[in-house]
Amino acid sequence: MIQFEKVTKEYPRRGEALSNVSFQVQKGEFVFLTGHSGSGKSTTLRLVHFGERPTLGEVRVSGFSSDKTADRDIWKIRRRVAHVFQDFRLLPGRSATENVAFALEVTDTPRKEIRPRAQRLLSQVGLAHKSGATVEELSGGEQQRVAIARALVTNPLVLLADEPTGNLDERATRGIMDLFRELNASGMAVLMATHDLEVVRRFPSLRVLELDQGRLVYDSLKAG
Amino acid sequence: MYALREALAAVRRAPVLVGLSAGMVALALFVVGLFTLAAYNLHVALATLEERVEVVAYIRDEASSPEVEVAIQELTRLGEVERVQYVSKDQALEQARRELPEFQEIFTGLNMNPLPASLEIKLSSGFRGPEAVSRVAGMAEAYPFVEDVRFGQDWVDRLFLLRRLAGITSGVLGLSFAVVAALIIATAIRIALFARREEIHIMRLVGARDGFIRRPFLLEGAATGLVGGALAVGFTWGAYWVGYRWVFAMEWLPTLWVMGGILMGAVFGLLASALALRRYLREV
Repeated sequence: MIQFEKVTKEYPRRGEALSNVSFQVQKGEFVFLTGHSGSGKSTTLRLVHFGERPTLGEVRVSGFSSDKTADRDIWKIRRRVAHVFQDFRLLPGRSATENVAFALEVTDTPRKEIRPRAQRLLSQVGLAHKSGATVEELSGGEQQRVAIARALVTNPLVLLADEPTGNLDERATRGIMDLFRELNASGMAVLMATHDLEVVRRFPSLRVLELDQGRLVYDSLKAG
Repeated sequence: MYALREALAAVRRAPVLVGLSAGMVALALFVVGLFTLAAYNLHVALATLEERVEVVAYIRDEASSPEVEVAIQELTRLGEVERVQYVSKDQALEQARRELPEFQEIFTGLNMNPLPASLEIKLSSGFRGPEAVSRVAGMAEAYPFVEDVRFGQDWVDRLFLLRRLAGITSGVLGLSFAVVAALIIATAIRIALFARREEIHIMRLVGARDGFIRRPFLLEGAATGLVGGALAVGFTWGAYWVGYRWVFAMEWLPTLWVMGGILMGAVFGLLASALALRRYLREV
């Protein structure tokens, strides 16, 4: 599903953000990506999302290679690989439904299907009762659920989550993690970047990849 | 459909910005329009002058009618020549008396006609340039009965130099202002893109096609250019009307040029938007 082959990512001013990183994530797997700030977690997710290209090495995602995929085809990957963030990135002033409907509209959903599908997705993330509330009227946990509902509009195979619980309290964090586990149970691979080791410890059976200064220093799968 | 809806929504969201952009484009294209109007009228004036370009071959008194007749036929057959008119000695005197009344006394006291007969060779359109005129003059001069050939070489040279200069000047200035118009549209589109950067970011995030993201902005740019172009035509017509009424008689631009001008506004708007989008989407 996701394959990193000796990937190095270098920025002109910052230097190396990732250094010779190799790993694979299988279909339906749930993987935590841990490490301190600046260890390369977000860069890894951006590479999976083809928001960046590696300086060296190759990233392969669902049959697409970073070496061979043209910029004009990146949208195809984005429909298979969804991305949620710590800061939610919702459209302010619009309702939960409108935020999800917007994503449906711009990804070729027939007009008459948009509203019902937006409602269904909000129900799936447990927010049917808040569908009419504007972003500003929602709590952090609820906003993250809207962001997840929006990420699901294209039925992705992979969900990338960049510190999704970073702005949430304990209860909201638990709710979001439960939601991720449900999505994962339905067959979706989840790659979640977090520096919160408490969250990671709560799920000892899940795989952990640890980055330190751009190097992959630990893979629980290989450590046994 | 989405593109059209979004382009209209952009006008509703920021009518002042869109209005200002169209107005600025109109002003820039208005300057282009003024240059075009001036260039067109100069072209018309020069074309009128050009029609008067002709070669006159003066004929010796001893020339025989048949050989002159053969020469007229040969010259008429040339592609560069529209027609050849024979002016006899008597007609030349008559013409001189008519056109130069101040020399009336001299003409009346003459015992003999001093003026030579001539061939007035009118050139076809497209063959009134210095080279064609010299070529025809050379051919006429080659006839042994031709005493002299006049075609005002300096005058023809200057006329064509003026025409070339006018063409280059109006072309360069017109193009410069057209580029200014394109830059204005590009800036307006960049402002619109910046105002909607969150939406664009989300579109890219969820996998909207680039074309889908671009289309509303391209449409907006083309519409801004179109409206700006139409306004510019209106302003130019106003300037023409004022000029015609208060300064001197001039000609309005041909309809095809006007339509082309408006269309050019739309094309500039489209290209400027495409350029702004290309740069912006690379950065997002």
